[in-house]
Amino acid sequence: MAKKNLRFQSIAGSKVFSALIVLALLLLFNLFFTKNFFVITIHDGHLFGTLIDILNRGAPLMLLSMGMTLVIASTGGTDLSVGAIIAITAAMASKLIGGNLVMDTAAGVQTYVTETPMALAIVIALVTAMLLGLWNGLLVAYGKIQPIVATLVLMVAGRGIAQLITSGQIITIYYGPFFFVGGGWLLGLPFAIFIAIFVFIAAQLLTRKTSLGLFIASVGGNAEASWYAGINEKAVKLFSFIFCGFCAGAAGLIICSNVKSADANNAGLNTELDAILAAVIGGTSMSGGKFSLSGSLVGALLIQTLTTTIYAFGVPPEVSLVVKSLVVVLVCFLQSSVASGFFGQLSGRVRA
Amino acid sequence: MAENNVILQMKDIDMFFPGVHALEGVDFTLRKKEIHSLMGENGAGKSTLIKVLTGVYKRNRGNIFLDGADFNPSSPLEARRYGVNSVYQEINLCDNLSVAENIYAGRQKTRFGKINWKTIKDGAREALGRLNMNIDVNRPLGSYSVAIKQMAAIARAVDMNSKILILDEPTSSLDRPEVEQLFATVRKLRDEGLSVIFISHFLDQVYELCDRVTVLRNGKFIGEYQLKDLPKLELVSKMVGKDFSILKKRDKGEKSRGGSEVFIEAKKLGKRRTVEPFDLQIRRGETLGFAGLLGSGRTEAANLFFGIDEADTGEMLLKNRKAAFKKPNDAITELIAFCPEDRKKNGIIYDLSVEDNIILAMQGKESVFKYLSPKRKAEIAAGYIKKLGIVTAGPEVPAGTLSGGNQQKVILARWLVTNPALLILDEPTRGIDVHAKAEIMNLAMTLCDEGMSLIFISSELEEVVRCSDRIVVMRDRKKIAEIPGEDADEEKILKTIAEA
Repeated sequence: MAKKNLRFQSIAGSKVFSALIVLALLLLFNLFFTKNFFVITIHDGHLFGTLIDILNRGAPLMLLSMGMTLVIASTGGTDLSVGAIIAITAAMASKLIGGNLVMDTAAGVQTYVTETPMALAIVIALVTAMLLGLWNGLLVAYGKIQPIVATLVLMVAGRGIAQLITSGQIITIYYGPFFFVGGGWLLGLPFAIFIAIFVFIAAQLLTRKTSLGLFIASVGGNAEASWYAGINEKAVKLFSFIFCGFCAGAAGLIICSNVKSADANNAGLNTELDAILAAVIGGTSMSGGKFSLSGSLVGALLIQTLTTTIYAFGVPPEVSLVVKSLVVVLVCFLQSSVASGFFGQLSGRVRA
Repeated sequence: MAENNVILQMKDIDMFFPGVHALEGVDFTLRKKEIHSLMGENGAGKSTLIKVLTGVYKRNRGNIFLDGADFNPSSPLEARRYGVNSVYQEINLCDNLSVAENIYAGRQKTRFGKINWKTIKDGAREALGRLNMNIDVNRPLGSYSVAIKQMAAIARAVDMNSKILILDEPTSSLDRPEVEQLFATVRKLRDEGLSVIFISHFLDQVYELCDRVTVLRNGKFIGEYQLKDLPKLELVSKMVGKDFSILKKRDKGEKSRGGSEVFIEAKKLGKRRTVEPFDLQIRRGETLGFAGLLGSGRTEAANLFFGIDEADTGEMLLKNRKAAFKKPNDAITELIAFCPEDRKKNGIIYDLSVEDNIILAMQGKESVFKYLSPKRKAEIAAGYIKKLGIVTAGPEVPAGTLSGGNQQKVILARWLVTNPALLILDEPTRGIDVHAKAEIMNLAMTLCDEGMSLIFISSELEEVVRCSDRIVVMRDRKKIAEIPGEDADEEKILKTIAEA
């Protein structure tokens, strides 16, 4: 009777493992077939190279996948609205900063002007994102609406809200200091990487060093029994959605700063699906209860490496999504119980 | 020498799980037209043996003969085709589907891909008719009582070519009249030529219904006996492997102990459509038994003391101060603990490790930031695993993998960790074996001696009588009587229920 379940506990671990293997295979592939993939050069004290690029461009997805992981873990559902939250955050930030290009005609240089102090603009944008997460959480925890339906509301409405904020315009930002968020450098590395790592460490500490991780796993495993055990299951779900909103907000700021504008229609389009995929590849159970933040990080990196590889290898854009989906199918197959049985036999034979 | 009326013979069955030798050379013989009980403590290997028989598990060694021919089913479906049918412990039916759909789920009769509803409904009516049941097969199964669901499960399992019917703990959620009804059905099926394997923890029921018993202990075959030649105590000793003085009896002589100080008091406490207003006092160190039939309001009354339901009339006094519980957490803060009736739904968290399950309530009580160190957690969990004798491969194993009795102990441990002043046990002994039952109750009694109050809710009157200082009798969502423990016996309680 214990047979099936005993294997259960190591599944999260083994999933991360197979994701790591595919990641290693991808890197190996690049080692042979992509020129200069592993070359890292230093210009002006900044590190450049494809690997750095992957980390830099992967930062938004890493953030999203962490928020998504906690939502999946605590509710067994997904947050479909993160793409829309990205658009709203971007719209909010650019609106507050304003699209003013002011030239000092005498000197011929640009003076940076912002309508709202930048720090305040960033804080307001992030708080907005968290409020949107709170809205999702209220619908799920108190409204008892299934997460996928509850967040669909914001997914559909969100881009409209973003357009309302920007009055239907694509606001271009000319305020230099804001570009640091998505394009700045710190200690030789892109600043966006630090944002992702900072949030990752904070989330790890929260789930490992407080009882939050236990509560999330418990509520995701059986919300009613958790309530009977005295756990405030609604608050746990609320927290997950607020955290997810925050992650989407941070990702939105990075994206907005990177492209120096806010495009309500396209910012963060379809990223929710990548985020869900990253979490699943990382070993988080879609039925809730079992999760791994570091796994999601690996999942996000795998997806980004794949995307970059496809571009670097020169796959025509029209088939690139097909190639991507093939690799994803491969990863998911490796993680399925069918494959684990097959490889289990194989490794058993090798050992014998 | 082989008896010629043998229908099923299992010989020298061995079954290994990673790290566990679940069955060791087990023999089992089932004769035609007999009701044969399989007995043993939790984890003795009863369920495993059944799963080997029905093809859920592949045995590592041994032979099975059905009607003299080799029998190696690879799935329950195949076993079914050969006439071996089982109804498992937890009823696996869907409440939202109609009775007819449940009986025919997965094998709907179709013509050109279209379901023929008439045949299905007629078939379902006929199947139920064989069990002397006449109910509306169009209504959703969820609208019927547990007993009827059980019957539907049996109707689903038994069809014309059935040879063997396996009933795994069929009575654990049934009331006495429902049990009678079930037994009548089972006897009828036997008389019609079916062989029945009956697994139950209720000794009395086994004696009442069965002809023979096979006892297992720790995966080993202990023996096969005629029940009429085997005294109860001897059977229990064989199951447990030692003679033991049965349950600790509450020492009624000094029963006023701790007596005067009231811990919690209900004054006209009630909730509309759930439980009618009642008065009740629970003193420190006292065991209060709740007796009554299923659905008589026992659980509903207890729910008010734990904040699962919020009372809408009357008031609750906690240590003479007014208190109101809106959610379990409020009650837990006041050192009240509650082992719920439905272990699967409200108790155990399957994917969480045994250790996390044990410390869960304690953590829930603390603020999020007061997190126990892994070392402290491990210490607490290991302590209770040892104290309660929880059988587990380790504290890190998911709790869902444990047997029912051990899961129950894990939940008990979860509450004992919080050091409760009032412990509410709702059907704590359902579906678990005599030994674990005795252990759980004896532990609770010991804690009462140390000043803890206990509310004990059970369908087994004998247990309630044995353990309680006072017995509250409930009927039809109403408290109808309060009987002092020393005056109580089963007969008196039954009379009270019947006459009130």
